[in-house]
Amino acid sequence: MSEPVEVRGQSGTVVRANVLVKILRNPMGLGAVTVLLLVVLAAVLANVLAPFDPNFADIGKTLSDPNAVNVLGTDSVGRDVWSRLVFGARTTLLSALLCATVAIAIGLPAGLIGGYYGGKFDSVANWVTNVLMSLPGIIVLLTVRAAFGPSVWISMIAFGVLISPGYFRLTRTAVQSVRNELYVDAARVAGLSDRAIISRHIFSVVRAPIIIQTSMICGVAIAIQSGLEFLGLGDPTVATWGVMLNEGFKNVYLNPMLLLWPALAIGLTIGALVLLGNAIRDALEDAEKVKVSKRGKGRSTAATATVRRRPERSATESVEAGTEHHLIKVSHLGVGYPQADGSVKKVVDDVSFHVDRGEVVGIVGESGSGKSQTAFSILGLLPDAARIVAGSIQFDGTYTVAPNDDRVSQARLSEFRGKRISYIPQEPMSNLDPAFTIGYQMVTPMMRVLKITKSEARARALKLLDDVGIRFPQKTFDAYPHEVSGGMAQRVLIAGAISCEPDLIIADEPTTALDVTVQADVLDLIRDLQKRLNVGVIIVTHNFGVVADLCDRVAVMQNGRLVEDGRVRDILRNPQDPYTQKLLGSMLENKEPMTMLVSTGAPAGLPDDDKAAAL
Amino acid sequence: MVSFILKRIGSGISVLLAISFIAYFLLYFSSANIARNILGESASLDQVHAKEIELGLDQPLLTRFFDWFTHALQGDFGTSWFTSQGVVEGLASRLPITLTLVGVSIICIAIVSTLLGMAAAVKRGWVDKLVQTGAVLGDAIPSFVLAIVLVTVFAIQFQLFPATSSIAPDAGASAWVASMALPVIALLINGVASAAQQIRSAVIKQLEKDYVRTLRSRGISETEILFKHVLRSAAPAGLTVLSLQFVGMLGGVVIIEQIFALPGMGALAVQSTTMGDIPLVMGVVLYTVIIVIIVNLVVDLINGWLNPKVRVS
Repeated sequence: MSEPVEVRGQSGTVVRANVLVKILRNPMGLGAVTVLLLVVLAAVLANVLAPFDPNFADIGKTLSDPNAVNVLGTDSVGRDVWSRLVFGARTTLLSALLCATVAIAIGLPAGLIGGYYGGKFDSVANWVTNVLMSLPGIIVLLTVRAAFGPSVWISMIAFGVLISPGYFRLTRTAVQSVRNELYVDAARVAGLSDRAIISRHIFSVVRAPIIIQTSMICGVAIAIQSGLEFLGLGDPTVATWGVMLNEGFKNVYLNPMLLLWPALAIGLTIGALVLLGNAIRDALEDAEKVKVSKRGKGRSTAATATVRRRPERSATESVEAGTEHHLIKVSHLGVGYPQADGSVKKVVDDVSFHVDRGEVVGIVGESGSGKSQTAFSILGLLPDAARIVAGSIQFDGTYTVAPNDDRVSQARLSEFRGKRISYIPQEPMSNLDPAFTIGYQMVTPMMRVLKITKSEARARALKLLDDVGIRFPQKTFDAYPHEVSGGMAQRVLIAGAISCEPDLIIADEPTTALDVTVQADVLDLIRDLQKRLNVGVIIVTHNFGVVADLCDRVAVMQNGRLVEDGRVRDILRNPQDPYTQKLLGSMLENKEPMTMLVSTGAPAGLPDDDKAAAL
Repeated sequence: MVSFILKRIGSGISVLLAISFIAYFLLYFSSANIARNILGESASLDQVHAKEIELGLDQPLLTRFFDWFTHALQGDFGTSWFTSQGVVEGLASRLPITLTLVGVSIICIAIVSTLLGMAAAVKRGWVDKLVQTGAVLGDAIPSFVLAIVLVTVFAIQFQLFPATSSIAPDAGASAWVASMALPVIALLINGVASAAQQIRSAVIKQLEKDYVRTLRSRGISETEILFKHVLRSAAPAGLTVLSLQFVGMLGGVVIIEQIFALPGMGALAVQSTTMGDIPLVMGVVLYTVIIVIIVNLVVDLINGWLNPKVRVS
């Protein structure tokens, strides 16, 4: 974790020596490398290691058991099993290499050209790829064998061609993603030739995936080749593991050991190649992870703390007397993320505030200030890794996070969430499931929470869509999320948030992702609904304009801490904390007067074309 | 929608054409001694020559291909050169066995890998570690080696299963299960290993989506979110993997069928290619490719149905 990681070039390729160390530290990687080294050694030293010629047959000594001369015994025509096994390693490895070489020789250049230039070549190459990929490999190889005879080498060349789309696709995707990167543009502007760009910038990106792919493909090639030979379609004059397997299977009732050795050799080698590929991938991904977390650490300034122990006692615990009337009360809340080194990175630190019925409270801060994390702790929607490290949260007189809890109790919160506490998200589009209609996504929660029938829920949903200012509720009800505009989607989400008559609405930057004109409409809508339904609202925002427009009280957060809170009027007029002053200064300058936040634009909720017509 | 299907069928036909020509072209080289092989050593040169003319071997390649192709278009794939059995009839008796084996395996892979992948994605922790390690190891075992081990250990040594799984059509269900169990297991391990990994990462990707958080905030139960929303959005990734596995398996099953002595297409493919029985080989190739094209089309249609955005475009 704390190892130094050298990084070369913009592609972020990690220096290979380091990756090798990582592979060897991984038990699977170490095993794979050991097995492969042994097999390679056997192949290289076959002449030395094998006492006999692989095809030397001693007819007088068939199917003999292991002995001093034939260490693994002999096969049905008296050939030495050990000698055949070592020579088999040579043929098998060479054929796998041949297959991978052919595949790379075709796939890599084609992928580079297709990905970099696109155009006709790319479409033709794609068509060929589709043809090759819809071919069942073995059937084709059987055909090739019928045409050209039982040669290991020819079938491996053919298989290389068949499997080349793997390299083509890999290279093409990588090149396409890099082609439009700024640094490649810069290189182009600097006058580098296409060839230089491809070899310098692009090749470095595809190198690692190609090594991984090659490892896997060698495994597949060995499997296919020994498979064909096992079927009796190989060249019987060449000693390979597949031919031995065939021979062993024929004599399985006489001597199953004949089957064992080649099966073991094939299984171990293929397994080692696959595991090696995985180990390389893990090693490269690990390097990525270290980089990311380092960056994260550099940025965070929050203090560290230790994780609390999980509470042993039961859930029902009475809240502090005299505070039951608060709708929500957050006391000394701390939220943290355990790190790999055992420390806890705190993102929320000693935050306390409360919200009463009918009150609108803003939580203001810049990104990374912990305001959203605070909101999600109230909703119980923190990421799995998050821990409550201090404090408590109570909703309407019951703890949702009791003192000493280390996580939000989902059991307790599920009684409130969606029923009495609801949520308006920031980015409207990504918060609707693209696979379901808007109507479905509104009706289902109502059926589950309010226990009403589908038709009742449907009627209610249409009414709600009308309430939030959508002009054609039925049309929107039937639409899929991608068929409506961002502003409409946010209205849909607001309608969803009020659909089950909550007491508290938590809005997480409800206008940030919207167009400026739509922002004002949405704020108006939230204000209207809040007055009409008399709900408590927490608005998380970085925008003091929104606070001034909507809120009764405000809490200002910085680096996970609450720096100031109070009535909006007081804080706007007389901010105490320097950070609040800075925020206010940056917000009020260069801004339109606040009255502009009131809607002056086109009527909301029209489909885009109608809106254009209205203007 | 209709134009999408027509387009896919069009491209399927172009692929089919290309493949049949390539296959025919390759087989052309193997047909040099075919008449002699059919008639045997004792046949006279005249007899061999007459046989060649009968089979159309004296014609140029393109003429032969065109002749075969026009007949094939009408569903006439000719007769085997060696057994004189109709190619279509020969395939019809073999195809069900192969398709059952592959189909049952794919369905088992789909179920098992979905369960494992989802468990790993949802539970994380040790369940995830276990599934991932298992997947890597399972990926590393070549299926035909596994098949050989299974036959040797369970069928030959312990005789728990029949070593040769020839299934009579009227055999009872239990005999049927017994004969299919080992081949399916052999095909299963690899498939589950790679599909479970894909499904795991697809489910994790969906679980991190914003809409999942919003669904939770609406009071929808975790089970409903998982099985209705997340699984649906993760399904296309899984289906794509399964369709690729299906293609691979149609080839791999050739070896598995030999190991378990199943009289499916695989045995036919081996026989016909070793003998150079061109009409039969062409039949096998064409049937396989047609099955692959249909499977790909069906997967595309299901993916379109699952994702309304694709449906529109």
